[in-house]
Amino acid sequence: MNSLIGSTVRCLRSGAASFLSRRADGRVCTVSARLLCSASDIQKDLGEMVKKDKVVVFMKGTKAQPMCGFSNAVVQILRMHGVDDYASYNVLDDQDLRQGVKVFSNWPTIPQVYFNGEFVGGCDILLQMHQNGDLVEELKKLGIRSALLDAEKESK
Amino acid sequence: MSVTADHIREKLTKELGAVHVDVEDTSPNRCATSYKVLVVSSQFEGKPLLQRHRMVNTCLAEELKEIHAFEQKTLTPEQWEKQKSQ
Repeated sequence: MNSLIGSTVRCLRSGAASFLSRRADGRVCTVSARLLCSASDIQKDLGEMVKKDKVVVFMKGTKAQPMCGFSNAVVQILRMHGVDDYASYNVLDDQDLRQGVKVFSNWPTIPQVYFNGEFVGGCDILLQMHQNGDLVEELKKLGIRSALLDAEKESK
Repeated sequence: MSVTADHIREKLTKELGAVHVDVEDTSPNRCATSYKVLVVSSQFEGKPLLQRHRMVNTCLAEELKEIHAFEQKTLTPEQWEKQKSQ
């Protein structure tokens, strides 16, 4: 298992359907069969994962330590609005998740943001929503009061 | 198929009836093939952001398989004019 994770900690693009794994006898073989098996499980899991929490983010790295500029942007934007208590999943930890979420959302890149089980978009969209005020509105619909509203109040 | 800025620009212009397309190859900034695009098309009129981005994603579905990081901005001709004058 560790060798699988080790081999994917490179700039691997999605779409790779097989991995190299070292068997007990030291020979290298592909394990696409394993992937096919868990692919449908991931789709089912994802359906539940995005509904379990109001705000869900699939990203590279963690909230505390994002591993990509775009993922970091999403974390920072949410933080600006006072949204810190959300579910975040690190796709770098799990190649099935990394590929699966792209299929699930029908969206080619990470990060991916979900509000109330509904796909919102990636970093570009979140940034534009933040800039044009839509994000404050969407958070309100989730029952989350954006911290920026309080910041505004204070400055008046 | 090798993805190039010209190829992307051509495809977006043709399939989305874009009046303006900017394609920036941001690969030097990252460890893999990346692009940043600006697409201006009247086909985006009345469509929410997510739908617009999905239109672009669908248009570049094949290319995106080769691209590691992708940024996009989608504007209607009106929005673009406004942005230019700011």
